Amino acid sequence: MQVFGIWVAAFLTLCIYSFLYQDNPLYRFAEHLFVGISVGYGIVLSIHEGFIPLAWNPIWASLTGDSLSGLWKLIPIFFGLLFFARLSPRHTWLIRYPIAILIGFGAGIAIPNVLRANIFEQTRGTIEPFSVIHSQTTGTAVEVMPSGEFTVFIIGAVLMVIGVICTLTYFFFSVEHRGPISWLSKVGICFLMVGFGSAFGNTVMGRVTLLIQRVDFLLNTWIGSIF
Amino acid sequence: MKRLIPLVLCFIFGIVMIATQFSPHPISKRVYEEVVNGALIISPFALVLATVTLIQTHATRILRRSDHWQYSFVVFAGLITMVVIGVPFGPKNTVFEWLYNNVQVPMDATMFSLLAFFIASAAYRAFRARTTEATLLLVTALIVMLGNVPVGNLVWNKLMSWTPWVDQASAAREWILYNPNLSARRGIILGVSLGVISQSVRIILGIERSYLGGGD
Amino acid sequence: MLTKLVSMDRRIVFILVALAVIIPMLVNVNLPVSTSAPTQKLYDFVEALPKGSTIMLAFDYGPSSFPELSPMAKALLKQCFDKDIGVVALTLVDDGTTLASTLIEEVAAEKNAENGEDFVFLGFRPGITQVILGMGTEIKSVFDTDYYGKKLDEIPMMENITNYDQIDLLVDLASSNTTEAWIIYANVQYNLKIAAGVTGVMVSQMFPYLQTGQLNGLMSGILGAAEYENLVEVQDKGMQYINVNSFVHILIVLLVIIGNIAYFTQRKREE
Repeated sequence: MQVFGIWVAAFLTLCIYSFLYQDNPLYRFAEHLFVGISVGYGIVLSIHEGFIPLAWNPIWASLTGDSLSGLWKLIPIFFGLLFFARLSPRHTWLIRYPIAILIGFGAGIAIPNVLRANIFEQTRGTIEPFSVIHSQTTGTAVEVMPSGEFTVFIIGAVLMVIGVICTLTYFFFSVEHRGPISWLSKVGICFLMVGFGSAFGNTVMGRVTLLIQRVDFLLNTWIGSIF
Repeated sequence: MKRLIPLVLCFIFGIVMIATQFSPHPISKRVYEEVVNGALIISPFALVLATVTLIQTHATRILRRSDHWQYSFVVFAGLITMVVIGVPFGPKNTVFEWLYNNVQVPMDATMFSLLAFFIASAAYRAFRARTTEATLLLVTALIVMLGNVPVGNLVWNKLMSWTPWVDQASAAREWILYNPNLSARRGIILGVSLGVISQSVRIILGIERSYLGGGD
Repeated sequence: MLTKLVSMDRRIVFILVALAVIIPMLVNVNLPVSTSAPTQKLYDFVEALPKGSTIMLAFDYGPSSFPELSPMAKALLKQCFDKDIGVVALTLVDDGTTLASTLIEEVAAEKNAENGEDFVFLGFRPGITQVILGMGTEIKSVFDTDYYGKKLDEIPMMENITNYDQIDLLVDLASSNTTEAWIIYANVQYNLKIAAGVTGVMVSQMFPYLQTGQLNGLMSGILGAAEYENLVEVQDKGMQYINVNSFVHILIVLLVIIGNIAYFTQRKREE
């Protein structure tokens, strides 16, 4: 069964790679099979790891008298079941109820947490290096930096403030980008380009690794199983 | 009824989630826990939406005999096989795991690995230093790529032997990531987060209603 | 000649890429890897944890990115089992469940780690935000059993673990925005210390969180995996893949340079 599995995996891998030559029925077969299998896997996991432990088990425990606390879970289950209204065109509007709850929940939970994690903390991270510079220059620092390292640190701190302000200016569309705003915005684009360049470089590493793993499988696992 | 109740529900849940996070009172904590647990129960049902949409799309393709409609049967075959085995016997069933390991995993990994070829091809055909901005992007990408791999240091040393920056390929990569990249990313995080917060306020107050969809 | 070079069939590029992977794979190249600061930071953090500490390991990736993240998971699990650090594993991504359980069982068998004593695999629950927040109050309210169906109350390792207060570090192995979710909800709301191992695609966006200390370490794609293997003295896929990666990277750098030279030479001639 294991060897058969390796052959199936190798066949499907080659079916997908056949797309590199041109679109063909083997690729389309694998692509559609992939969609079906993935969704099927998702359904099974959602039932066994989602619906059964979170909804069914508490209700069953209530019905059998083990624990009555599960009964209140009928309320979210009722709202969850409204998703099935999607099956009837006349009642599709009912899915707005659970969606509204999830959206409201997500929005409410996001406001204070995003504010703290992404606004306050990131602003602190931008300003904090200057308190380090201050403590170094006033001699109040616990650990004194070597002068070369300190110069690089100052350059980094100043560069960071310039970069953050200029990038934010580029995304600030409430005023027309003319004069000084235009210059700040242009500097912001330069920082963004460096950011995207580094993202591209790292993406290459990621995608190539996926390819290496597949070649490793074909060469060592599949062909290795033959010889 | 069709629009008002969802708007009210959204408002109540939004306000409750904000308020309970700021109050240490036991009742507030209890409400918070119950709402989180309730939302946890609703989540798995959302898969119904995705599944129904997929089934409808492929059923329509078959009925209308659209291009490559025959392959929609393959989608159903894959889906039904997984469901028929997985739902009664669970995800730890040997056959279910075999299908996952030998069909889903290789196809998913291979599908994404195709991008390695297309990235290489795109880099060759479209990655041009036409403008200052494009040059910045290109040079950064090249430095990061060299800094990412062990052989990059050897190449870097050959190129930089006349400068004081020998053996610094990884350091150059890290400097880029920790300085200009960090600033740009932080700008994006701040911008996006401000957007998320303002959009969340609009949703809770019922100003933003696109999630309700069209119709009455 | 130049026109031909500029408009070269992309399938030739594909063949070159394939050769740049196949040849080094057959030759088995082994170049040294140095350690970057974020990876070292994570390693030092785990090393400094006393015996009996607990790490939560989130396998938030599926088959589309396991070649990058599974080597990280293996190296980290080996370090934890060697140091007698308990591991509570889970996933927020449905298609990562079987992948995670297989990997943990494989490493546990190799290191003679006991399920329920040295590690627990909780499995998957849908709803990223809800799961993260729910576990902050009580892990049992989200996962009443482990993946194998055993009640958490009956698992010896979970005896003293109620919520994030008893977790010393969460390591998120991520291929999507789950790391941000862990930071925004678990770190801010419950002060859970967080580190991450992410795919190459996501590396760049993690650095603002590293600088603020919201992340206590970072493994960057397959390079991070290789660095970590190096630190825990394990020779595995991370080291092998980063070495093969070298050749494809050099090929792509050359392709970009040749492409630009050909393009500018042709443009100059046309002018």
